[in-house]
Amino acid sequence: MQIYICVKHVPDSAAHITILDKNRIDESISFLLNPYDEHAVTEAAKIKNNTPDSEVIAVCLGKNDAEKTIRSALAMGADRGILITCDKNYDSMVTALALKAAIEQDGTPGLIFTGKESIDAEGMQTMFRIGAVFDFPVATNVVKLDIEVDKAVVDCELSGGITNTYEMSLPCVLGAGKGLNTPRYPTFPDVVKSKKKPVQKIVFTDLNIKDSPAGMRIVELEPLHQARQPKEIKGDAGFVAKEIIRILKQEAKVL
Amino acid sequence: MMKNIGVIIELDKGRVKETNFGMITLARAKDTQLFAFVMDADAKSVKEVLESFGITKIVEVWLAPDQLNNPVTRAKAMINAIKEFNISMVFGLSTAMGKDLLPRIAAHLFAPLVMDCFYVDLEQKIAKTYQYSGKTIATIQLTGEVLVFGIRPNAIEPVKAQEKAQMLKFDSSHIVATGFRVIKSGGIDKTTRINLAEADVIIAGGRGMKNSENFNILFQCAKKINAAVGASRVAVDAGWVPYSMQVGQTGEKVSPKVYIACGISGSIQHFAGMKTSGMIIAINTDENAAILSNCDYYVKADALEIIPTLTKILDNG
Ligand SMILES: Cc1cc2nc3c(=O)[nH]c(=O)nc-3n(C[C@H](O)[C@H](O)[C@H](O)COP(=O)(O)OP(=O)(O)OC[C@H]3O[C@@H](n4cnc5c(N)ncnc54)[C@H](O)[C@@H]3O)c2cc1C
Ligand SMILES: Nc1ncnc2c1ncn2[C@@H]1O[C@H](COP(=O)(O)O)[C@@H](O)[C@H]1O
Repeated sequence: MQIYICVKHVPDSAAHITILDKNRIDESISFLLNPYDEHAVTEAAKIKNNTPDSEVIAVCLGKNDAEKTIRSALAMGADRGILITCDKNYDSMVTALALKAAIEQDGTPGLIFTGKESIDAEGMQTMFRIGAVFDFPVATNVVKLDIEVDKAVVDCELSGGITNTYEMSLPCVLGAGKGLNTPRYPTFPDVVKSKKKPVQKIVFTDLNIKDSPAGMRIVELEPLHQARQPKEIKGDAGFVAKEIIRILKQEAKVL
Repeated sequence: MMKNIGVIIELDKGRVKETNFGMITLARAKDTQLFAFVMDADAKSVKEVLESFGITKIVEVWLAPDQLNNPVTRAKAMINAIKEFNISMVFGLSTAMGKDLLPRIAAHLFAPLVMDCFYVDLEQKIAKTYQYSGKTIATIQLTGEVLVFGIRPNAIEPVKAQEKAQMLKFDSSHIVATGFRVIKSGGIDKTTRINLAEADVIIAGGRGMKNSENFNILFQCAKKINAAVGASRVAVDAGWVPYSMQVGQTGEKVSPKVYIACGISGSIQHFAGMKTSGMIIAINTDENAAILSNCDYYVKADALEIIPTLTKILDNG
């Protein structure tokens, strides 16, 4: 079985974001493998270990620098990578079409993994778009997964720790949630080995993705300024508690 | 030309959840018909309240009983309804249910979708949402025949606008999902605990809570002030509370009216999940904790002393 994992190259969440030209960010900061995609890679590697003749392929649509993220996925257990290179950021509608075209060129997916969300665009939708273009069933925020002969049984987490259990036909698309597993971070030998694994590069424009009138475009980015003016509440516990109650009642009006 | 706008109503135990009203307020526009789609209840029972917020058409979407909990069936029914009623803009909530429904609808219609919006301009077709772990506000232009918006719960102040609504039915009971079956449905929150994403008040604990027992202090206080309890990743990773309580970049993103942070330092990743709260109150022993410079009120004290005192005062009326 061929297992494809869609991995995204995203800015480190701790990095400082600087906005350029009002609608893009300064990309000379540290980028890494999207945290949720780490769970996807870890799960795919686990399935591979239990399934003879399976192969794990990491696919990414990104700029040249995104090869680093593919290498991270390779160090975490993927066998090889495909980087669709482009020089701008595309919306999730185009992204799904490009990922599909690259996957179809490469092989026959038995399973496709994504993360449940990218931490830069926070779109929460690419897995569903991949599912729609392939016509495969989709589940997101998957926290438990059992692959059986011709189906997948998944637990998906809703809010409040409640899960739904779904049975899906294969092939299917799975958006990995945080509860799915604990990513195993690569050891030094893993990293060395990953450098020898193949990464194929495809140029985005060679995939001939049709232009569509429908889409999403960022017209403006602005930093979220917080103009909070902290005020200290001083006094003994009894006074502080009473003051908090007063604030909840009179200012926030929630009591 | 009169445009049709649709809102997908979320219910809880047969009642319209409060968070729908802000969404409906946002979806209202001049010279439009505002459709409310109701999948889980007898629409008559919610008519009055929907009318009071300006809904002009209420569509009861009938699903086969065994398909009610199936997100694929729900999405298919909504896709058909959107076509049937010529809806050009679709609104839903960015709740757990919405996150599993709206992208399915958008993907099948090949329609643009912005999740977690806190502002939409219907004329300009732009939406505002947060990106880069909540560090930026992105203004997104949507183009297409149908546009889909996921609205962040609690992000918009509801404003009433009385209308009279026409009642319609849309039979979708023939729809059965293929390749996707619900085996077990957790359904609506069975616990009495309030849902984090929709809570008006959240009281959250971090490393400063020191152990799992101390979280009971927060639960007791939360009961008194009708709050949900959240946690930092440290508290979750230590196993004191379940992951579903984590607030932050890799946890739940919340916008309560008040966020009370107890023993939480205020890391970038924690802020990513709660910085849009209306008011932040921090209780921390360390005057250098980052959260103290980015809150509305702070107390330099032991949370394990302040919170029980607060609960006791409320107990005594
Ligand atoms: C990729 C990534 C994703 C992450 N995602 C998240 C996320 O989603 N959510 C999240 O929270 N974190 C996340 N983190 C972790 C984050 O970086 C911080 O480590 C974490 O938020 C710190 O938790 P804390 O504030 O509870 O602990 P600390 O930073 O250790 O702070 C504890 C605070 O408690 C105070 N304190 C101690 N005792 C008391 C007392 N008795 N009374 C009052 N105050 C007291 C201390 O002064 C201190 O300020 C993520 C990190 C990474 C790298
Ligand atoms: N450019 C991309 N290349 C590969 N995978 C992607 C890309 N964009 C999104 N994804 C995948 O889709 C998931 C959800 O992304 P999003 O819809 O942006 O929240 C991510 O966790 C990735 O697994």
